[in-house]
Amino acid sequence: MTVTSASPQNTRLMRTLSVLRDVVSRPSGAIGLFLVVFHVVLALVSPWIVPYDYKAMNSAMMLTGPEATHWLGTDHLGRDVFTRVLLGGREALLVTGIATPIAVTWGGFVGILFGLIGGRIDEVLMRVVDAFLSLPWILKMLVLIVTFGTGIEVLIPTLAFFYGIPVIRIARAATHDVVARDFVSAARARGHSRMTIIRHELLPNVLDTLMVEGAMRWSWMLLAFSSLSFLGFGVSPPTPDWGLMIADARGFMSFAPWGVLGPVIALSSLIIGINLTADALAKALGIDRAQKAPV
Amino acid sequence: MTGPLIDIRNISVGFTGKSGATLPVLRNIDLKVNAGESIGIVGESGSGKSTLALAAMGYLKRGLRLMDGSVAFQGQDMFARTRTELEQIRGGELALIPQNSGQSLTPTLRIGAQLVEALRLHADVPEAQYSAKAIELLGQVRLPDPAAIMTRFPHELSGGQQQRAAIGMALAGEPTALLLDEPTTGLDVTTQAHILELLRDIARDRGMAMVYVSHDLGAIARVCDRVVVMYAGEVVLEGSTRQVLKTPIHPYARGLLASIPRLSDPRLPVALDGRPPAPGGAGQGCSFVDRCALAQDGCRTSRPDFERLPSGEAVRCFHYQEAHQLSLTGSGAIPASLDGASPSALHLDDLAISYRRPGLYDKVLGRDSAGVPTVDGIEITVAKGETLGLVGESGSGKSTILKAIAGLLPPSGGKITVAGGQALAPEVEHRSPDHLRKIQLIFQNPDDSLNPRQTIAQILEQPLKLYFGLTGDALHQRSAEILDRVRLGAHYLDRLPSQLSGGEKQRVAIARAFAAEPDLVLCDEVTSALDVSVQAAVLDLLNDLKATQGTTYVFVSHDLAVVRALSDRVAVLYQGRLCELGPSADVYAMPSHPYTEVLLGAVLEPDPDTAPTLSADDVVELSPPAQGCPFQRRCPRKIGRICDTDTPPWQQGVKDHTIKCHHSIADLAAAQAEGAAGQRA
Repeated sequence: MTVTSASPQNTRLMRTLSVLRDVVSRPSGAIGLFLVVFHVVLALVSPWIVPYDYKAMNSAMMLTGPEATHWLGTDHLGRDVFTRVLLGGREALLVTGIATPIAVTWGGFVGILFGLIGGRIDEVLMRVVDAFLSLPWILKMLVLIVTFGTGIEVLIPTLAFFYGIPVIRIARAATHDVVARDFVSAARARGHSRMTIIRHELLPNVLDTLMVEGAMRWSWMLLAFSSLSFLGFGVSPPTPDWGLMIADARGFMSFAPWGVLGPVIALSSLIIGINLTADALAKALGIDRAQKAPV
Repeated sequence: MTGPLIDIRNISVGFTGKSGATLPVLRNIDLKVNAGESIGIVGESGSGKSTLALAAMGYLKRGLRLMDGSVAFQGQDMFARTRTELEQIRGGELALIPQNSGQSLTPTLRIGAQLVEALRLHADVPEAQYSAKAIELLGQVRLPDPAAIMTRFPHELSGGQQQRAAIGMALAGEPTALLLDEPTTGLDVTTQAHILELLRDIARDRGMAMVYVSHDLGAIARVCDRVVVMYAGEVVLEGSTRQVLKTPIHPYARGLLASIPRLSDPRLPVALDGRPPAPGGAGQGCSFVDRCALAQDGCRTSRPDFERLPSGEAVRCFHYQEAHQLSLTGSGAIPASLDGASPSALHLDDLAISYRRPGLYDKVLGRDSAGVPTVDGIEITVAKGETLGLVGESGSGKSTILKAIAGLLPPSGGKITVAGGQALAPEVEHRSPDHLRKIQLIFQNPDDSLNPRQTIAQILEQPLKLYFGLTGDALHQRSAEILDRVRLGAHYLDRLPSQLSGGEKQRVAIARAFAAEPDLVLCDEVTSALDVSVQAAVLDLLNDLKATQGTTYVFVSHDLAVVRALSDRVAVLYQGRLCELGPSADVYAMPSHPYTEVLLGAVLEPDPDTAPTLSADDVVELSPPAQGCPFQRRCPRKIGRICDTDTPPWQQGVKDHTIKCHHSIADLAAAQAEGAAGQRA
């Protein structure tokens, strides 16, 4: 037994580091994290490294195949596909990168609160959540978008709101497991306020689940955003976006597949990356139920 | 057949640690079990006793592997057999009875179906006779109405009945040896005593060998001929039950025996300091060296052999001849006790608690639907500085009463008042900060009562910040002081609960309660989750704190010996009703309430010369009777109709000793003296 002299902050930092090390040491975690970091870095620096102007049309070079000057060919307006693929994730990452933390925070808070309160109010809330989840997501979102219009200022709150609702469910279930334990009873018996109990007793024990859930939500939100763009409710042209690019290029898919292939590979590699990371994170945090300790 | 039935030779079992090194869980163990013999394997948690028992079946848990040695059953190597052969032997010739049968029985199959399956696999009986044979087996394990039990699902049986059904299943294959892994742990004392008698009788009648794994020396004393004491993966002592329990020649065995609280001894048990080495942590020397009072330099550098003595004992110690110097019982402290009258610290006034809430319909119709309350008519006054013990079997409402005092479970009737005659609000949310601070609760299992995500410092800071508003250096300093008071150093502050041993965790839980500087501490089975040697240290600590702080305790436990060691007064509960209340010395002496008599009679002492008396049937009641005496259905001294219809009156004994019974004290005294005389004869 070694004697360590670390402050609580250090203890927490050490745990974070060891979890990170565990994630990276798994093949899925290493590949996943690489893909995610790659996409995020690319989104940050792409405006300065792209070979062409993404708006520049060229009527002489419409739907040409991949070649030395245009690595992924050109689209129906003669724009460079490679340039547009490099830039096409910026909007999606910005919107989902802001909306995901908001969704996890509000959904997590409501879920923990109702998990703690329990009783009839909790039952009623859950039925409301069920009712909400039973509607197709695209329908719910389109109602809001049609009412308030498109654009980031509508998309972020809309995605954050709808993707927070399933988080309520997860946070509540995780809280139920913790609430039954004696340390919560002990805190109640000491007379701590509800907010203190949530902050000190419940949140630290639910946080792992919320982080994994957050990562999963992020990947679904990316898909939803791209779908909205595909349907024409997301980013407006000529801003490059993967969903929009797929929609534009899909008519020419039979003879110019590069227009679709580029954005599809980009989008799926990001989503696969997030999923792999979430998976490795769940295993590193010990949430994954399929994997049990050997002894 | 000649030779031993089970022959374990020099086995070592280990697993690969994180560093890649092989860490041993069992080290060089020799064990022989002859036909018809019952052997007890005793040791504390982590000593490897269950691993050894499973290894006897040729089974190792995932991650473990056999490093050396061999295990033979009926002369054949178990680890060399094929899977089909093992399937034949396991559950047939060699059967296992696990600790918790409620979990090992299939929940979706009726008891009958499970028994028939065991018969089909392992018994030599024609198919047409399966169900008759199954009923016969259930009868042999003394289950009432075997034919009806056949159609029940496991959850419809009580814990004791499930264990009997599991024993019946194990007997289906006519085993020559039975492995029992803590088979009575978690059962009530009376049930445990009945199961042990059953096992003894069955083993004797069938000439069956038994390997009985337990931490409970009392149970071992009752059923075993020979005992093997394990410590840190080694067998340190082997001998007849009498030799090991009466005159043990290994220092660890002596320390273990001294740490067990006894009914006959009002002194506190002696703690065994330190903790066993982790797997692979035992150095070159003796594994017990760090905790041994006889240790010398030589014990650190070389490991003692397992030496067989002419007396039939075998011991792994260099200095076994000096072991008799170590006390077996006794030198423990006299518990701090209250002398003279003292003002009341807590008064429970006709307390009633009901788990059932009135439904919506009942509310609308104004019906009283609460039915018979779980706990009723509890009237107790606890004096300042006094320790009140609450004892009873599971379901007696003892923890429920504690929760009501703590405000976690609002009572359905009656009042709780604290010092100065102030009534406590029923719900914790409505209590004043001063009341909240003065009453603190310590839970059974520190794994559950300490937040795994908080460091010890954060855990201790909670009450200090809440009640005293401490911050910064003052907060840190106070936390260290409090830890010191429970004999833990300040370097524990930055650890997480998972980095502490069970006993250390419970000390932190105690420290957290005492951080509030409470007047009244409620202890809910605080030692039940701990090993005996650790339990003694915790009892000692609680006693010390009581002496120095003048704290009042309400101490709940199912273990009558533990309650005796710490309590000034004892209240005996059955089905949420008081049976007996009085100074502990008087309650533990005769005459007592018939239920107390049954409870005390069933207690197993680690002494081969004492036998439990089983006077009442082993029946589990799910709800108290609507009227009359709560113990009417099981009472061995039942008078008649009056017990069914009238609530028994309080019978006054000497001093404050009172018994709630229709018998007068004089009648009970005469009847119990007669019973004791009959036993002796």
